[in-house]
Amino acid sequence: MGWTKKVLRVDLSKGTCKSEPLNMKWAQEYLGQRGLATKYFVEEVDPKVDPLSPANKMIMATGPLTGTMASTGGRYSVITKGALTGAIACSNSGGYFGAEMKFAGWDMVIFEGKSPKPVYLAIEDDKAELRDAAHLWGKTVWQTEEIIKKTHQDPQTRVCSIGRAGENGVMYACIVNDLHRAAGRSGVGTVMGSKNLKAVAIRGTKGAGGIKDGKAFMKATVAAKKVLAENAVTSQGLPTYGTQVLMNVINEMGALPTRNHRDVQFEDARKISGEAMHEKRPTDGKAQLVTNAACFGCTIACGRISKMDEGHFSVVNKPEYWGASGGLEYEAAWALGAANGVGDLEALQYANLICNEDGYDPITFGATVGAAMELYDLGILTKEQIGMDAPFGSAEALVKLSEMTAKGEGFGKELGLGSARLCAKYGKPELSMGVKKQEFPAYDSRGIQGMGLAYATSNRGACHLRGYTVASEVLGIPVKTDPLVTEGKADLVKAFQDATSVFDSAGVCVFTTFAWTLADLQPQLDAACEGGWSMEKLALVGERIWNMERVFNNAAGFTAKDDDLPPRLKTEAAKTGPAKGKVNGIDVMRPEYYKARGWDEKGVPSKDTLKRLGL
Amino acid sequence: MKVTLKLYATLSDHLPTQARKTNAVELDLPAGTSPAQVIETWSLPIKLCHLVLVDGVFVPPAERATRALAEGEVLAIWPPIAGG
Repeated sequence: MGWTKKVLRVDLSKGTCKSEPLNMKWAQEYLGQRGLATKYFVEEVDPKVDPLSPANKMIMATGPLTGTMASTGGRYSVITKGALTGAIACSNSGGYFGAEMKFAGWDMVIFEGKSPKPVYLAIEDDKAELRDAAHLWGKTVWQTEEIIKKTHQDPQTRVCSIGRAGENGVMYACIVNDLHRAAGRSGVGTVMGSKNLKAVAIRGTKGAGGIKDGKAFMKATVAAKKVLAENAVTSQGLPTYGTQVLMNVINEMGALPTRNHRDVQFEDARKISGEAMHEKRPTDGKAQLVTNAACFGCTIACGRISKMDEGHFSVVNKPEYWGASGGLEYEAAWALGAANGVGDLEALQYANLICNEDGYDPITFGATVGAAMELYDLGILTKEQIGMDAPFGSAEALVKLSEMTAKGEGFGKELGLGSARLCAKYGKPELSMGVKKQEFPAYDSRGIQGMGLAYATSNRGACHLRGYTVASEVLGIPVKTDPLVTEGKADLVKAFQDATSVFDSAGVCVFTTFAWTLADLQPQLDAACEGGWSMEKLALVGERIWNMERVFNNAAGFTAKDDDLPPRLKTEAAKTGPAKGKVNGIDVMRPEYYKARGWDEKGVPSKDTLKRLGL
Repeated sequence: MKVTLKLYATLSDHLPTQARKTNAVELDLPAGTSPAQVIETWSLPIKLCHLVLVDGVFVPPAERATRALAEGEVLAIWPPIAGG
């Protein structure tokens, strides 16, 4: 439906909800979702704001293709200053919540201030009001969604909420919608919790409309779906094995971070892989994987829906975890598994369920457990401090710690800090495996060099979804590049970052880029949105968004020193695999990247660059 | 020479049943055998042999007929896949 051209502004301090027109000049310059909401954010918020203060704002935003018939057009993003990182945060989620926001007639919802008591926002088309959430505070995500749907007497109400992690100040709390889809990274749920905002419930009945050229849009979306249907990755690879198929690939390549990045290959990788999820368990004769699943409007359907082994020690006598539920996806399986040396697939799915149920990021959580296990291994943390033995590989420790973290019980409170704060507290800041206080995802940059640069320069801290050069360096999409060299990676990273900025601002899933290029997205946007969306305009918008985020981070206090990797990745060579003997070449790539970006040697965009981009 | 063949994702259907638990099978091949010859011998659909690694290193399509496998190497093959 293109833009609805309406913004809902919610003042949590005053308890008011007001409608205002969308700034269409900005829409032409920043498209929607990530780009447009970030523009609103940087215009309204002091970069030095404390993320957990009422002065921080939080925006939930859709893109112009959200809610339309464009494939994967169900995305929404949460933009704020991240609790975990102190950097610009933009967490993107699928499911059905984003489309419902659009059906209710809103491009975005801006939250400001802090409610004096727990509330949730209820939206029914044009009507929006804050309601008391005292009865929801202390409830899990799953309980919250169930209670709200019963209260509204409408099972089609879509809900996003925080769990106990967001309430209790876990620094990497998520906002979870549709039970197991999440705006997952950087602590956007922590910010939501700090505002005493428990949930947002939306029912939209307006349907789709407002497409600039309906006939052209139909033609463009059908053509783009055909591209997805004819591409072996998006039509067969992702639906069949999901993201988890990467576990064995990345392990074979010697780029699977293992035991807090001490190793780059995990001996039990196969046991926690997509292939393993398909196999019948010897214990009950059933496979963990039940089916694949799709988000709103998606013709790929990469999601995993699984059932646990009811006899597994983590869920014995816990029937609430026996049903079909989301997971495992690759990033979670890696973080909860290889990062800690845990090769028990059922334990990983249990910890993943707890992350979904209580709303916290399994990547940061798993990586933080990995850091704690290394501290334990070094004798810096003791059994008494943690409350249990916690050696690498302990499924029992992983399970118990997952139960303790959201509730802030015992050592779980310290795990809730994230690895950067935890390791600093115990005098070993170098053992935190991340950038800008956010933990790495599942690719070791000694074996995939470009990802080191992508991590170091990601505007939201270490992240694979800001510039996924794995597509090129590992999978050959769009062209194969050598993962073991630094040459050419500056331009590659920049290209991925800018293109991803556009996809994240359009309302579609970044997984379409395994088959689509901007040339497939452009006709859909041009047909849906007024203003003439050419390839050149989109390319400029992508680069503009990236630089806008950078300018905000620089003003927040980040410098070139923050575009760096932990010493382990620069000094401790990979021990095995194709990258054996290699460290990451970030110090070579960084200056090349700054030059490609038109930034000075301190990582500051030049006046010419800002002028060219209209910033 | 001994070489390990690993087939993943849908290609694992081409492995003997007992080998699917590990995705791997030990092969005894004449010296100089190429990945392309293994692919042909095992009747693997060429279009599905997308990602071909030898000891974790990508072998481009143009080199699959000329790259000679060596004793103890691991040949691993995937169909078109992705993730993230």
